[in-house]
Amino acid sequence: MTALLETRGVWQRFGGLVANSDVSISVGRGEIVGLIGPNGAGKSTLFNLIAGVLPPTQGSIIFDGEDVTNLPAAARCQRGVGRTFQVVKSFETMTVIDNVIVGALVRNTVMREARRKAHEVLEFTGLAARADVLASDLVPAEKRRLEVARALATEPKLLLLDEVLTGLTPTEAQTGVALVRKVRETGITVLMVEHVMEIVMPLVDRAIVLDLGKVLVEGKPADVVRDPKVISAYLGDRHAVGA
Amino acid sequence: MDKNFAARRRRDLIIAAVLTAIAALVPLFVKDVVVQNILILTLMYAGLSQSWNILSGYCGQISLGHALYFGLGAYTTELLFTKFGVLPWFGMLAGGVVSALIAMGLGYPFFRLRGHYFVIATIVIAEIGLLLFHNWEWAGAAMGITIPIRGDSWLKFQFARSKVPYFYFALLLACVAWFVTWWLEDSKWGFWWRAVKDNPDAAESLGVDVFNSKMGAAAVSAFLVAVGGSFYAQFVSYIDPESVMGFQFSLLMALPAVLGGIGTLWGPVLGAAILIPLTEITRFKFGGSGSGVDLIIYGTLIVLISLALPRGLMSLFSRPKKTGATR
Repeated sequence: MTALLETRGVWQRFGGLVANSDVSISVGRGEIVGLIGPNGAGKSTLFNLIAGVLPPTQGSIIFDGEDVTNLPAAARCQRGVGRTFQVVKSFETMTVIDNVIVGALVRNTVMREARRKAHEVLEFTGLAARADVLASDLVPAEKRRLEVARALATEPKLLLLDEVLTGLTPTEAQTGVALVRKVRETGITVLMVEHVMEIVMPLVDRAIVLDLGKVLVEGKPADVVRDPKVISAYLGDRHAVGA
Repeated sequence: MDKNFAARRRRDLIIAAVLTAIAALVPLFVKDVVVQNILILTLMYAGLSQSWNILSGYCGQISLGHALYFGLGAYTTELLFTKFGVLPWFGMLAGGVVSALIAMGLGYPFFRLRGHYFVIATIVIAEIGLLLFHNWEWAGAAMGITIPIRGDSWLKFQFARSKVPYFYFALLLACVAWFVTWWLEDSKWGFWWRAVKDNPDAAESLGVDVFNSKMGAAAVSAFLVAVGGSFYAQFVSYIDPESVMGFQFSLLMALPAVLGGIGTLWGPVLGAAILIPLTEITRFKFGGSGSGVDLIIYGTLIVLISLALPRGLMSLFSRPKKTGATR
């Protein structure tokens, strides 16, 4: 089976700063993959490169068998890449349902169908009761959920989640985890950037650890957390020996 | 909840139909020429502001240079009429197309600008247009163009004896601009525009073609404003650069929408209904447009609105509540 997403030797330089160097990862269909790493590891950069916010300095990105390296974000969305933002970017003057309709319009040109799809997604994400509320009136956890709902309305093959579980209370985070599992059950592949190891690790099938812009380790979550290289990247060299 | 939405759309349409019907009866009772004049201008600015609102209110690209499209509509119509004998109706259409094309041509570089930079660019471009027409001999330069009066006729769209035909055309313009807005509000374009206004990055990630949705909004907006310009030229039967492309037109298109509620369906109509009669009456009472009393009134209104109701008067009527399920 070919991978749904593949990055081949991706580099990203910002002036003298190398944010990603020679990153080659692949995400298989139906997987939940966690992209983790300490601050400044280049997770967000890689994430943005995959979403099409900017083209990589070097290397290529293959999505669903097609080279999408030079396609802008909107075109990637049409091909099936959905994303959320780390800092939520709701359409604040629009209602929750209208926010989601914007996403639904990618695959539904008739307004009636887009609206129905949007309602469906709100049911799925548990926001149905808030449909007619202005996005600006949502509480932070709901705004995160709206980000996911909007992206789901575009009917993606790959859902990119940028720290959707960060900054939530433990209960909210557990609901979030349940939602991600539910998303995967519908056949959507998930690539998630996350900070909080103890939440992510039980959720993902595979973890990719970035450090200093490079892939440090890749594998099953249980193995990754025990890897001395990972421990030293997170906690410093002193702790690696004892582990 | 879908039913609510559909009901609200239907209700808007019914209100519009009733208001139009009432307005259509007004000339039967109002014979005073001064009052008729005020009503015509009110309707015209309602239409213009509604058109401005498409680009600046819905799509969020604030333009303070729409006088350019107004003037282009007026000049295209009258140049075609006086130089080539083309009937104003075709000139009106031509003016709309010219303005829409120019709006897109200007959008190509300027839609890359965001926020205040875009606003400044629109002001500057309109001023350049004004200067060009000031110095363009063939188009009458600063002297302008006097539209030859050849008797009352719908064909030539000129009426020296009565203002009533102009009233009905202004009403039609306001209705068309309103209806276009109503129709686009619940279309892909309408949703794209609001998304672009609120957050272009998020819009892009959801498959919205940000650049082209701005271009589309600019074209529709400029077309309708140019039709208004053509109408105005026929109405006053004399144009010069200042009298159709001056900065005050840009303001008078923006202010009603801002006063009534920017980016709302009814805001421009409501704003124009308050602002334009007020302006014209003060101008009439205090004599001439040089006194500046009308400007003091604008200023005061804008300050009051931005302090008390930053989202315009429409926010008094429809405000989605935190807890409520209706809008």
